[in-house]
Amino acid sequence: MTPSSLFAALRAIVGGQWLLTDAESLAPYECDALFHLQQRPLAVVLPADEQQVVAVVALCAEAGLPIVPRGAGTSLSGGATPVATGIVMALNRLRRIHIDSAARQALAQPGVRNIVVSQQAADDALFFAPDPSSQVASTIGGNVAENAGGVHCVKYGLTVHNLVGLRLVTGEARILTLGEGSLDQPGLDLLALVCGSEGLLGLVTDTRLRLLPRPRAVRVLLGFFPTIVATCDAVSRIIAEGIVPAGLEIMDQASLQAAHRFSPALDLRVEAAGALLCELDGEPEEIEEATHRIRALFQTLAAIEVRQADDEAQRAQLWAARKNVLPALLRSANDIYVADCTVPRRALSRVLARVMALSEEHGVAVAQSFHAGDGNLHPVLFYDSAIAGEEERALHLADAILQAVLAEGGTVSGEHGIGSEKLHGMCWQFSADELDLFARLRQVFDPHGLFNPGKAIPTLHRCAEFGAMHLSRDGQSFADLPRF
Amino acid sequence: MRVEFDQWMKASNVAPDAQSAIQSCVHCGLCSSVCPTYDLLDHELDSPRGRIYLIRDMLQGSPVSARTRDHLDRCLTCRACETACPSGVEYGQLIDIGRQEIERRLPRSLAARLQRSLLRRALQSRRLLNIALQAAWAVRHLLPVGLRKHIPVRPAASVARPATRHARRVLTLRGCVQGSVAPGHDDALARLLDHFGVTLVTVERSGCCGAISQHLGAPEEARQAMRRNIDAWWPLVEAGAEAIVLTSSGCGSMVEDYAHLLKDDTRYAAKARRISALLRDPVELLGSLWSTASLPLTPLQPGQEKLVFHPPCSLQHGMRLKGRVELLLQRAGYQLTPVADSHLCCGSAGTYSLLQPALAAQLGQRKLDKLMAAQPRAIASANVGCIMHLQKESPVPVRHWLEILAERLPAREQA
Repeated sequence: MTPSSLFAALRAIVGGQWLLTDAESLAPYECDALFHLQQRPLAVVLPADEQQVVAVVALCAEAGLPIVPRGAGTSLSGGATPVATGIVMALNRLRRIHIDSAARQALAQPGVRNIVVSQQAADDALFFAPDPSSQVASTIGGNVAENAGGVHCVKYGLTVHNLVGLRLVTGEARILTLGEGSLDQPGLDLLALVCGSEGLLGLVTDTRLRLLPRPRAVRVLLGFFPTIVATCDAVSRIIAEGIVPAGLEIMDQASLQAAHRFSPALDLRVEAAGALLCELDGEPEEIEEATHRIRALFQTLAAIEVRQADDEAQRAQLWAARKNVLPALLRSANDIYVADCTVPRRALSRVLARVMALSEEHGVAVAQSFHAGDGNLHPVLFYDSAIAGEEERALHLADAILQAVLAEGGTVSGEHGIGSEKLHGMCWQFSADELDLFARLRQVFDPHGLFNPGKAIPTLHRCAEFGAMHLSRDGQSFADLPRF
Repeated sequence: MRVEFDQWMKASNVAPDAQSAIQSCVHCGLCSSVCPTYDLLDHELDSPRGRIYLIRDMLQGSPVSARTRDHLDRCLTCRACETACPSGVEYGQLIDIGRQEIERRLPRSLAARLQRSLLRRALQSRRLLNIALQAAWAVRHLLPVGLRKHIPVRPAASVARPATRHARRVLTLRGCVQGSVAPGHDDALARLLDHFGVTLVTVERSGCCGAISQHLGAPEEARQAMRRNIDAWWPLVEAGAEAIVLTSSGCGSMVEDYAHLLKDDTRYAAKARRISALLRDPVELLGSLWSTASLPLTPLQPGQEKLVFHPPCSLQHGMRLKGRVELLLQRAGYQLTPVADSHLCCGSAGTYSLLQPALAAQLGQRKLDKLMAAQPRAIASANVGCIMHLQKESPVPVRHWLEILAERLPAREQA
């Protein structure tokens, strides 16, 4: 199929206005939030409904044309980086939403923004738990693809725990309905498989989301500690007490200082080596009781100060200590890189210390503020890409951090996904057999390899190129791998 | 994002502003969630992030066509994206630079240039505007309803201003549109200030604040307006005027930017800094006066307390004074129902409602739906553009909050 006949066929499906092929229109789609990686696609298609999605997939399958799905383009791992020989399918026009309050579920198309689900459910005193920091912009389709978490996932789980059904268009343009809205299903759990598959298995055209009743009360505690070890210990002690907080966030001293520079009115204790923000929700009595125990254990850890807030405005003040960190860092640094990864909670303080030692070794400054409750680290690396060699040094440090995390039994991605960014990390974390299994599973859904090629699952060939296989988890080397 | 300007841009005096805006953008996309045109049109190129990309490519020397211009034209310059941006991108400055550059790179058709030039002139010339308005008002009753609503309501005869009797003085502009279609806004401010012992002085020889030219890609024309206003204000500033207070937040936001926009003008830079520093929105000035002195207001009639407030973008995103007017109105006894999506533009946006009527009308209708959800008796706002735009379709009166307060001054204080 020539490009012009292909474009004509696509135009016939979506209408001329929704097929973009000229250079000016394509440029803004050449990257997502990982803007360092740019690739101009052949075209961008914006279908209006599932029927059009199916028709486009059928056409692309016939023409052997890769499809890169895109929601709001907020992926930090290059999940929506286009491929030169393919099209981008932007699903942001599919944004119908219906709240089924009796079932405590929302029917949301993939283009619905995350926050809109909770906004629409608010009248029924319900909410959708996953709340990634991009939630005002990122779409449900992207949340499913990346298995998005957020500050409250320590209590309420990730997208996979809050998704009870979806419709998926496979690489052969067939529609699958997975999950029927109940929490358990006979047969293999394909719904969970699709969740977090980064657009490699198919295109989600509809979702059924679990909604939770809004808690009756919410309280935020913010404790400042003399050492980072004490701050991390506070996390393990809270969990060991059997308390399940709705959020547990740690800020190190560099983060506190940045947040303080951004808004001195918060009056943060910048002399503290670390701070722990703990959100409790539920029944007022249960919160009161947990508060007593937390305050007591904070005291045994020599907390410098503990602040407490119940009403919404005051809670927002305490949360600002955490939420202002990134804006503050973005304003003060020339460039930043976030090395998203996860470690078991018990290893938190050891890994934090290791990250600081590595930061010193590489001569790249790091600030750490992160989702401590689920061990999801977000070391922020500062550098200046205008200075020769700085970017390489920063990326080298990021890799060293990932390896330190793996050595502690962690993972190379916490919540940002693998995308185009962390393929080499996959080679470090998984064995050749595991990667091969991923690839074969993918083939079942997408036999032509149409969807998001080159993302999330590295070929063994790529791993060999990265020189990475020898670092895989079981320590085997793969000298005898076929080099194709 | 990295940017490498072409030769022309490298030599331009706006290069540092453009560079800092583009480089501070991290392409996260949070801005798109608050952009009214992205919400309406579902198109990356109609979002701030998409437009930044288009502008960057243009400033790097890539070829541009009407495609880029159309997307830049559709921006309301509401600056909601600036409020949402985590990295502090000064998008408002960048879109102005992009518009200036596209005018240079891709001149519009003669007809379009004439239309824009006429618009800028008519709106900035009180004489032309008055002739047009008098003509329109004369034939208004003959027009079909659909057309009639596009003609602004004829204002009630202006009441006499309080005498210039106080030593404490603040300054305002003769303004452009507002002086003809809504003289009551300044009158109301003058009466309220008079109560607190401050005289509002309307300065002769001042005129439009310059925003219309600035946002329509005519920066030199804007600078002329700014210099003229500074010259008009200056003797009174030197004589001790305390502040510059403008009843339209769109103009206030523009005057706040004088310091930046004239920073390269060797003769005016220092004066512009002083002028911008003197700018106070009425809510700031009245808020502080009312905190130390009382304001006796006549009691509200039953039902009259049901009010909603539409915060103009220039007030909440430009001057970052979100929530302040609401507090004063509550103090005056009004029950303000929170309005959904109050961060979104109503579609008025200066000349936008004239140049992009279809989008402006859609945004206006959406805004009215949200404002009317609580069934208020009236809608209050703080910018003449928003008030006129919403008035076209609103089932209830849309008024400046200053007028609403001023008419409750005791009779002896009504001039």
